[in-house]
Amino acid sequence: MTTAFIFNVVLVALLLVVATWIIASRDAFSAVVAFVAYGLLLAIVWVELSAIDIALTEAAIGSGVTGMLLLGAAGRLRDAEATAVSTGLPLRLAAAVLCALIAAGLAAIVLSPPSAVFSLAPDAMAHLWESGLGNPVAGVLFVYRAFDTLLEKIVLVLALVGVWSLAPDRFWGGIPGLYVYQQPNSVLTLLSQLLPPLGIVVGIYMFWTGANNPGGAFQGGTILAAMWILVMIAGLESVPSTNRRALRLLVVVGPATFLAIGLVGFAVAGGFLAYPAGYAKPLIIVAEAALTLSIGVTLGLLAAGPPERMQQQ
Amino acid sequence: MTAALNIFTVLAISAGTFFFLAGTIGLLRFPDTLTRLHALTKADNVGLGLVVFGLLPLVQWPFGALKLISVWLLVQLSGSIIAQLIAVIVRQEES
Repeated sequence: MTTAFIFNVVLVALLLVVATWIIASRDAFSAVVAFVAYGLLLAIVWVELSAIDIALTEAAIGSGVTGMLLLGAAGRLRDAEATAVSTGLPLRLAAAVLCALIAAGLAAIVLSPPSAVFSLAPDAMAHLWESGLGNPVAGVLFVYRAFDTLLEKIVLVLALVGVWSLAPDRFWGGIPGLYVYQQPNSVLTLLSQLLPPLGIVVGIYMFWTGANNPGGAFQGGTILAAMWILVMIAGLESVPSTNRRALRLLVVVGPATFLAIGLVGFAVAGGFLAYPAGYAKPLIIVAEAALTLSIGVTLGLLAAGPPERMQQQ
Repeated sequence: MTAALNIFTVLAISAGTFFFLAGTIGLLRFPDTLTRLHALTKADNVGLGLVVFGLLPLVQWPFGALKLISVWLLVQLSGSIIAQLIAVIVRQEES
Protein backbone atom coordinates (compact mmCIF):
# COMPACT_ATOMS: atom_id res chain seq x y z
CA MET A 1 0.00 0.00 0.00
CA THR A 2 2.66 2.48 1.06
CA THR A 3 4.94 1.55 -1.85
CA ALA A 4 2.06 2.07 -4.27
CA PHE A 5 1.29 5.39 -2.57
CA ILE A 6 4.89 6.61 -2.86
CA PHE A 7 4.96 5.50 -6.52
CA ASN A 8 1.77 7.43 -7.25
CA VAL A 9 3.02 10.58 -5.50
CA VAL A 10 6.28 10.44 -7.48
CA LEU A 11 4.31 9.84 -10.68
CA VAL A 12 2.05 12.85 -10.12
CA ALA A 13 5.03 15.04 -9.15
CA LEU A 14 6.81 14.00 -12.38
CA LEU A 15 3.67 14.76 -14.36
CA LEU A 16 3.49 18.26 -12.88
CA VAL A 17 7.18 18.89 -13.55
CA VAL A 18 6.85 17.81 -17.19
CA ALA A 19 3.67 19.88 -17.60
CA THR A 20 5.48 22.95 -16.28
CA TRP A 21 8.34 22.22 -18.66
CA ILE A 22 5.92 22.17 -21.62
CA ILE A 23 4.57 25.60 -20.67
CA ALA A 24 7.89 27.16 -19.68
CA SER A 25 9.79 25.87 -22.71
CA ARG A 26 10.54 28.70 -25.17
CA ASP A 27 11.34 26.39 -28.05
CA ALA A 28 8.53 24.55 -29.89
CA PHE A 29 10.63 21.43 -30.48
CA SER A 30 11.51 20.86 -26.81
CA ALA A 31 7.91 21.62 -25.80
CA VAL A 32 6.73 18.84 -28.15
CA VAL A 33 9.32 16.40 -26.79
CA ALA A 34 8.08 17.21 -23.28
CA PHE A 35 4.49 16.76 -24.47
CA VAL A 36 5.27 13.24 -25.70
CA ALA A 37 6.91 12.37 -22.37
CA TYR A 38 3.87 13.86 -20.61
CA GLY A 39 1.54 11.62 -22.63
CA LEU A 40 3.51 8.49 -21.76
CA LEU A 41 3.51 9.39 -18.05
CA LEU A 42 -0.23 10.06 -18.26
CA ALA A 43 -0.69 6.59 -19.80
CA ILE A 44 0.96 5.11 -16.68
CA VAL A 45 -1.46 7.15 -14.55
CA TRP A 46 -4.40 5.64 -16.45
CA VAL A 47 -2.97 2.16 -15.85
CA GLU A 48 -2.79 3.00 -12.13
CA LEU A 49 -6.49 3.97 -12.32
CA SER A 50 -7.26 0.58 -13.99
CA ALA A 51 -8.36 2.33 -17.20
CA ILE A 52 -6.26 0.23 -19.61
CA ASP A 53 -8.31 1.25 -22.68
CA ILE A 54 -7.65 4.92 -22.01
CA ALA A 55 -3.99 4.23 -21.24
CA LEU A 56 -3.59 2.56 -24.64
CA THR A 57 -5.37 5.44 -26.38
CA GLU A 58 -3.31 8.04 -24.54
CA ALA A 59 -0.04 6.32 -25.41
CA ALA A 60 -0.99 5.72 -29.05
CA ILE A 61 -2.90 8.89 -29.93
CA GLY A 62 -2.38 11.47 -27.18
CA SER A 63 1.33 10.91 -27.12
CA GLY A 64 2.22 9.12 -30.37
CA VAL A 65 0.20 10.52 -33.25
CA THR A 66 -0.45 13.94 -31.69
CA GLY A 67 3.24 14.18 -30.85
CA MET A 68 4.08 13.38 -34.46
CA LEU A 69 1.60 16.00 -35.78
CA LEU A 70 3.04 18.60 -33.38
CA LEU A 71 6.60 17.70 -34.39
CA GLY A 72 5.58 18.27 -38.00
CA ALA A 73 4.05 21.63 -37.09
CA ALA A 74 7.17 22.62 -35.11
CA GLY A 75 9.33 21.66 -38.08
CA ARG A 76 7.24 23.74 -40.49
CA LEU A 77 7.29 26.70 -38.10
CA ARG A 78 11.04 26.57 -37.44
CA ASP A 79 11.86 29.31 -39.95
CA ALA A 80 9.11 31.57 -38.63
CA GLU A 81 10.02 30.98 -35.00
CA ALA A 82 13.15 33.15 -35.04
CA THR A 83 11.27 36.19 -36.33
CA ALA A 84 8.06 35.59 -34.37
CA VAL A 85 6.81 38.45 -32.23
CA SER A 86 6.36 37.27 -28.65
CA THR A 87 2.94 37.76 -27.11
CA GLY A 88 2.56 40.68 -24.73
CA LEU A 89 2.50 40.34 -20.98
CA PRO A 90 -1.23 41.23 -20.55
CA LEU A 91 -2.27 38.51 -23.00
CA ARG A 92 -0.05 35.96 -21.30
CA LEU A 93 -1.38 36.95 -17.89
CA ALA A 94 -4.96 36.64 -19.16
CA ALA A 95 -4.22 33.15 -20.52
CA ALA A 96 -2.60 32.15 -17.22
CA VAL A 97 -5.56 33.43 -15.19
CA LEU A 98 -8.11 31.65 -17.39
CA CYS A 99 -6.15 28.38 -17.29
CA ALA A 100 -5.79 28.67 -13.51
CA LEU A 101 -9.56 29.24 -13.22
CA ILE A 102 -10.29 26.09 -15.24
CA ALA A 103 -7.80 24.10 -13.15
CA ALA A 104 -9.35 25.47 -9.93
CA GLY A 105 -12.85 24.61 -11.15
CA LEU A 106 -11.84 21.06 -12.06
CA ALA A 107 -10.01 20.67 -8.74
CA ALA A 108 -13.09 21.87 -6.86
CA ILE A 109 -15.25 19.28 -8.61
CA VAL A 110 -12.77 16.45 -8.12
CA LEU A 111 -11.92 17.27 -4.52
CA SER A 112 -15.52 17.69 -3.31
CA PRO A 113 -17.48 14.81 -4.84
CA PRO A 114 -21.27 14.78 -4.41
CA SER A 115 -22.45 12.83 -1.36
CA ALA A 116 -24.63 10.45 -3.40
CA VAL A 117 -22.51 9.19 -6.29
CA PHE A 118 -24.59 8.72 -9.41
CA SER A 119 -23.24 5.99 -11.62
CA LEU A 120 -24.53 4.14 -14.66
CA ALA A 121 -21.78 1.53 -14.34
CA PRO A 122 -23.93 -1.21 -12.69
CA ASP A 123 -26.66 -0.82 -15.34
CA ALA A 124 -24.08 -0.81 -18.10
CA MET A 125 -22.47 -4.00 -16.78
CA ALA A 126 -25.84 -5.71 -16.19
CA HIS A 127 -26.86 -5.43 -19.85
CA LEU A 128 -23.45 -5.86 -21.45
CA TRP A 129 -23.96 -9.59 -22.12
CA GLU A 130 -26.89 -8.80 -24.47
CA SER A 131 -24.43 -7.25 -26.91
CA GLY A 132 -22.12 -10.26 -26.81
CA LEU A 133 -19.17 -8.00 -25.94
CA GLY A 134 -16.90 -8.67 -22.98
CA ASN A 135 -15.20 -5.28 -22.73
CA PRO A 136 -17.48 -2.68 -21.09
CA VAL A 137 -15.57 0.14 -22.82
CA ALA A 138 -16.34 -1.38 -26.23
CA GLY A 139 -19.95 -1.72 -25.03
CA VAL A 140 -20.15 1.99 -24.25
CA LEU A 141 -18.47 2.94 -27.53
CA PHE A 142 -20.47 0.75 -29.87
CA VAL A 143 -23.76 0.06 -28.08
CA TYR A 144 -24.70 2.65 -25.46
CA ARG A 145 -23.04 5.68 -27.03
CA ALA A 146 -22.65 4.46 -30.62
CA PHE A 147 -23.84 7.80 -31.99
CA ASP A 148 -20.94 9.64 -30.33
CA THR A 149 -18.50 7.11 -31.75
CA LEU A 150 -19.96 7.53 -35.24
CA LEU A 151 -19.66 11.32 -35.08
CA GLU A 152 -16.11 11.03 -33.76
CA LYS A 153 -15.08 8.96 -36.80
CA ILE A 154 -16.73 11.45 -39.16
CA VAL A 155 -14.85 14.30 -37.44
CA LEU A 156 -11.63 12.48 -38.25
CA VAL A 157 -12.49 12.54 -41.97
CA LEU A 158 -13.39 16.23 -41.72
CA ALA A 159 -10.03 16.90 -40.04
CA LEU A 160 -8.29 15.27 -42.99
CA VAL A 161 -10.29 17.41 -45.44
CA GLY A 162 -9.24 20.42 -43.35
CA VAL A 163 -5.55 19.49 -43.63
CA TRP A 164 -5.86 18.91 -47.37
CA SER A 165 -7.55 22.29 -47.73
CA LEU A 166 -4.33 23.96 -46.55
CA ALA A 167 -2.77 23.04 -49.90
CA PRO A 168 -2.55 25.74 -52.60
CA ASP A 169 -5.19 25.28 -55.32
CA ARG A 170 -2.74 23.97 -57.89
CA PHE A 171 -1.69 21.10 -55.61
CA TRP A 172 -5.23 19.98 -54.67
CA GLY A 173 -5.32 16.21 -55.00
CA GLY A 174 -1.52 16.07 -55.15
CA ILE A 175 1.05 14.27 -53.05
CA PRO A 176 1.52 15.20 -49.36
CA GLY A 177 4.88 16.67 -48.48
CA LEU A 178 6.04 14.68 -45.47
CA TYR A 179 9.34 16.47 -46.05
CA VAL A 180 9.62 17.58 -42.43
CA TYR A 181 10.34 14.06 -41.30
CA GLN A 182 12.01 12.70 -44.39
CA GLN A 183 15.51 11.59 -43.55
CA PRO A 184 16.43 8.54 -45.67
CA ASN A 185 18.95 6.56 -43.76
CA SER A 186 20.08 2.94 -43.76
CA VAL A 187 19.26 2.45 -40.07
CA LEU A 188 15.75 3.79 -40.60
CA THR A 189 15.36 1.46 -43.57
CA LEU A 190 16.29 -1.48 -41.34
CA LEU A 191 13.71 -0.45 -38.74
CA SER A 192 10.99 -0.01 -41.33
CA GLN A 193 11.73 -3.47 -42.68
CA LEU A 194 11.79 -5.20 -39.29
CA LEU A 195 8.97 -3.47 -37.41
CA PRO A 196 5.92 -3.32 -39.77
CA PRO A 197 5.28 -7.11 -39.99
CA LEU A 198 5.15 -7.18 -36.21
CA GLY A 199 3.25 -3.88 -35.91
CA ILE A 200 0.59 -4.93 -38.40
CA VAL A 201 -0.07 -8.13 -36.46
CA VAL A 202 -0.24 -6.18 -33.17
CA GLY A 203 -2.55 -3.56 -34.75
CA ILE A 204 -4.98 -6.18 -36.04
CA TYR A 205 -4.83 -8.07 -32.75
CA MET A 206 -5.55 -4.84 -30.87
CA PHE A 207 -8.74 -4.32 -32.89
CA TRP A 208 -9.77 -7.98 -32.65
CA THR A 209 -9.26 -8.33 -28.91
CA GLY A 210 -11.04 -4.99 -28.30
CA ALA A 211 -14.43 -6.73 -28.09
CA ASN A 212 -13.45 -8.57 -24.92
CA ASN A 213 -10.25 -6.98 -23.64
CA PRO A 214 -8.75 -3.50 -23.60
CA GLY A 215 -8.05 -2.44 -27.17
CA GLY A 216 -10.21 -1.49 -30.11
CA ALA A 217 -10.41 0.14 -33.51
CA PHE A 218 -8.74 3.42 -32.57
CA GLN A 219 -5.70 1.89 -30.88
CA GLY A 220 -5.31 -0.77 -33.57
CA GLY A 221 -5.74 1.75 -36.37
CA THR A 222 -3.16 4.03 -34.78
CA ILE A 223 -0.56 1.27 -34.75
CA LEU A 224 -1.31 0.49 -38.41
CA ALA A 225 -0.94 4.20 -39.20
CA ALA A 226 2.39 4.32 -37.36
CA MET A 227 3.70 1.42 -39.44
CA TRP A 228 2.58 3.09 -42.66
CA ILE A 229 4.18 6.41 -41.68
CA LEU A 230 7.42 4.62 -40.80
CA VAL A 231 7.55 2.94 -44.20
CA MET A 232 6.81 6.28 -45.96
CA ILE A 233 9.42 8.23 -43.97
CA ALA A 234 12.07 5.62 -44.66
CA GLY A 235 11.23 6.00 -48.35
CA LEU A 236 10.43 2.30 -48.87
CA GLU A 237 6.94 3.21 -50.04
CA SER A 238 6.10 6.45 -51.81
CA VAL A 239 3.48 8.82 -50.40
CA PRO A 240 0.28 8.28 -52.41
CA SER A 241 -1.41 11.02 -54.39
CA THR A 242 -4.47 12.23 -52.48
CA ASN A 243 -6.73 12.13 -55.55
CA ARG A 244 -6.43 8.35 -55.80
CA ARG A 245 -9.92 6.89 -55.64
CA ALA A 246 -8.86 3.77 -53.69
CA LEU A 247 -7.22 5.94 -51.04
CA ARG A 248 -10.29 8.13 -50.60
CA LEU A 249 -12.49 5.03 -50.41
CA LEU A 250 -10.29 3.67 -47.63
CA VAL A 251 -10.69 6.94 -45.73
CA VAL A 252 -14.49 6.78 -45.78
CA VAL A 253 -15.13 3.02 -45.70
CA GLY A 254 -15.16 2.90 -41.88
CA PRO A 255 -17.60 5.73 -41.15
CA ALA A 256 -19.71 4.67 -44.17
CA THR A 257 -19.98 1.08 -42.98
CA PHE A 258 -20.86 2.21 -39.48
CA LEU A 259 -23.46 4.65 -40.81
CA ALA A 260 -24.94 1.94 -43.07
CA ILE A 261 -25.24 -0.46 -40.13
CA GLY A 262 -26.87 2.35 -38.17
CA LEU A 263 -29.41 3.02 -40.93
CA VAL A 264 -30.21 -0.67 -41.33
CA GLY A 265 -31.08 -0.53 -37.61
CA PHE A 266 -34.16 1.51 -38.55
CA ALA A 267 -35.48 -1.35 -40.66
CA VAL A 268 -34.59 -4.39 -38.58
CA ALA A 269 -34.21 -3.24 -34.97
CA GLY A 270 -36.48 -0.23 -34.67
CA GLY A 271 -33.97 2.60 -34.37
CA PHE A 272 -30.82 4.30 -35.58
CA LEU A 273 -27.68 2.36 -34.59
CA ALA A 274 -29.82 -0.35 -32.95
CA TYR A 275 -28.64 -3.90 -33.52
CA PRO A 276 -31.03 -6.83 -34.11
CA ALA A 277 -30.96 -9.27 -31.18
CA GLY A 278 -28.19 -11.83 -31.52
CA TYR A 279 -26.39 -9.98 -34.33
CA ALA A 280 -24.91 -7.16 -32.26
CA LYS A 281 -21.41 -8.58 -31.94
CA PRO A 282 -20.85 -9.62 -35.58
CA LEU A 283 -22.15 -6.22 -36.77
CA ILE A 284 -19.89 -4.40 -34.31
CA ILE A 285 -16.88 -6.45 -35.44
CA VAL A 286 -17.63 -5.60 -39.10
CA ALA A 287 -17.94 -1.89 -38.26
CA GLU A 288 -14.78 -1.99 -36.17
CA ALA A 289 -12.78 -3.76 -38.88
CA ALA A 290 -13.74 -1.10 -41.43
CA LEU A 291 -13.09 1.66 -38.88
CA THR A 292 -9.64 0.27 -38.03
CA LEU A 293 -8.68 0.46 -41.70
CA SER A 294 -10.08 3.98 -42.12
CA ILE A 295 -8.48 5.27 -38.93
CA GLY A 296 -5.12 3.85 -39.98
CA VAL A 297 -5.25 5.48 -43.42
CA THR A 298 -6.68 8.78 -42.12
CA LEU A 299 -4.11 9.19 -39.34
CA GLY A 300 -1.32 8.31 -41.76
CA LEU A 301 -2.53 10.96 -44.20
CA LEU A 302 -2.99 13.50 -41.40
CA ALA A 303 0.64 13.00 -40.42
CA ALA A 304 1.72 13.23 -44.06
CA GLY A 305 0.22 16.73 -44.19
CA PRO A 306 -1.24 18.83 -47.00
CA PRO A 307 -0.45 18.03 -50.65
CA GLU A 308 2.66 19.84 -51.86
CA ARG A 309 3.36 18.61 -55.37
CA MET A 310 1.49 17.04 -58.26
CA GLN A 311 2.02 13.56 -59.57
CA GLN A 312 4.30 13.51 -62.63
CA GLN A 313 2.25 12.42 -65.59
CA MET B 1 12.81 -23.64 -4.41
CA THR B 2 10.45 -20.66 -4.22
CA ALA B 3 12.78 -18.88 -1.81
CA ALA B 4 15.71 -19.43 -4.17
CA LEU B 5 13.68 -18.06 -7.10
CA ASN B 6 12.62 -15.04 -5.05
CA ILE B 7 16.24 -14.30 -4.13
CA PHE B 8 17.14 -14.60 -7.82
CA THR B 9 14.33 -12.15 -8.74
CA VAL B 10 15.41 -9.61 -6.14
CA LEU B 11 19.06 -9.85 -7.17
CA ALA B 12 18.37 -9.57 -10.91
CA ILE B 13 15.96 -6.62 -10.57
CA SER B 14 18.32 -4.83 -8.17
CA ALA B 15 21.14 -5.26 -10.66
CA GLY B 16 18.84 -3.99 -13.40
CA THR B 17 17.85 -0.88 -11.45
CA PHE B 18 21.54 -0.28 -10.74
CA PHE B 19 22.15 -0.09 -14.49
CA PHE B 20 19.21 2.30 -14.88
CA LEU B 21 20.63 4.46 -12.09
CA ALA B 22 24.08 4.43 -13.68
CA GLY B 23 22.54 5.23 -17.07
CA THR B 24 20.60 8.16 -15.63
CA ILE B 25 23.68 9.56 -13.90
CA GLY B 26 25.57 9.19 -17.17
CA LEU B 27 22.78 10.96 -19.04
CA LEU B 28 22.98 13.87 -16.61
CA ARG B 29 26.74 14.06 -16.17
CA PHE B 30 28.39 13.01 -19.45
CA PRO B 31 29.82 15.90 -21.47
CA ASP B 32 28.39 15.46 -24.99
CA THR B 33 25.50 13.88 -26.89
CA LEU B 34 27.34 10.78 -28.10
CA THR B 35 28.55 9.73 -24.64
CA ARG B 36 25.12 10.47 -23.19
CA LEU B 37 23.60 8.18 -25.82
CA HIS B 38 26.09 5.52 -24.77
CA ALA B 39 24.92 5.79 -21.15
CA LEU B 40 21.26 5.71 -22.13
CA THR B 41 21.46 2.63 -24.33
CA LYS B 42 23.31 0.69 -21.61
CA ALA B 43 20.36 1.30 -19.27
CA ASP B 44 17.89 0.14 -21.90
CA ASN B 45 19.78 -2.96 -22.98
CA VAL B 46 21.29 -4.40 -19.83
CA GLY B 47 19.06 -2.77 -17.20
CA LEU B 48 15.75 -3.73 -18.78
CA GLY B 49 17.21 -7.14 -19.72
CA LEU B 50 18.04 -7.88 -16.09
CA VAL B 51 14.63 -6.65 -14.88
CA VAL B 52 12.90 -8.90 -17.42
CA PHE B 53 15.19 -11.79 -16.48
CA GLY B 54 14.30 -11.32 -12.83
CA LEU B 55 10.57 -11.21 -13.54
CA LEU B 56 10.55 -14.40 -15.64
CA PRO B 57 9.99 -16.82 -12.70
CA LEU B 58 6.99 -14.74 -11.57
CA VAL B 59 4.97 -14.81 -14.79
CA GLN B 60 2.93 -17.47 -16.51
CA TRP B 61 4.86 -19.91 -18.66
CA PRO B 62 5.09 -19.76 -21.70
CA PHE B 63 3.03 -16.76 -22.89
CA GLY B 64 3.66 -14.32 -20.05
CA ALA B 65 7.38 -15.00 -20.32
CA LEU B 66 7.35 -14.65 -24.11
CA LYS B 67 5.54 -11.31 -23.82
CA LEU B 68 8.17 -10.00 -21.41
CA ILE B 69 11.00 -11.19 -23.66
CA SER B 70 9.41 -9.59 -26.72
CA VAL B 71 9.01 -6.30 -24.82
CA TRP B 72 12.73 -6.43 -24.09
CA LEU B 73 13.60 -7.30 -27.71
CA LEU B 74 11.40 -4.46 -29.04
CA VAL B 75 12.97 -1.94 -26.68
CA GLN B 76 16.39 -3.24 -27.79
CA LEU B 77 15.45 -2.70 -31.42
CA SER B 78 13.92 0.75 -31.02
CA GLY B 79 16.55 1.92 -28.52
CA SER B 80 19.53 0.95 -30.65
CA ILE B 81 17.98 2.35 -33.82
CA ILE B 82 17.00 5.67 -32.24
CA ALA B 83 20.50 5.96 -30.77
CA GLN B 84 21.92 5.46 -34.29
CA LEU B 85 19.55 8.04 -35.77
CA ILE B 86 20.43 10.67 -33.14
CA ALA B 87 24.13 9.91 -33.60
CA VAL B 88 23.85 10.42 -37.37
CA ILE B 89 22.27 13.85 -36.84
CA VAL B 90 24.98 14.80 -34.31
CA ARG B 91 27.67 13.83 -36.83
CA GLN B 92 25.95 15.85 -39.56
CA GLU B 93 25.74 18.92 -37.36
CA GLU B 94 29.40 18.64 -36.35
CA SER B 95 30.68 18.43 -39.88
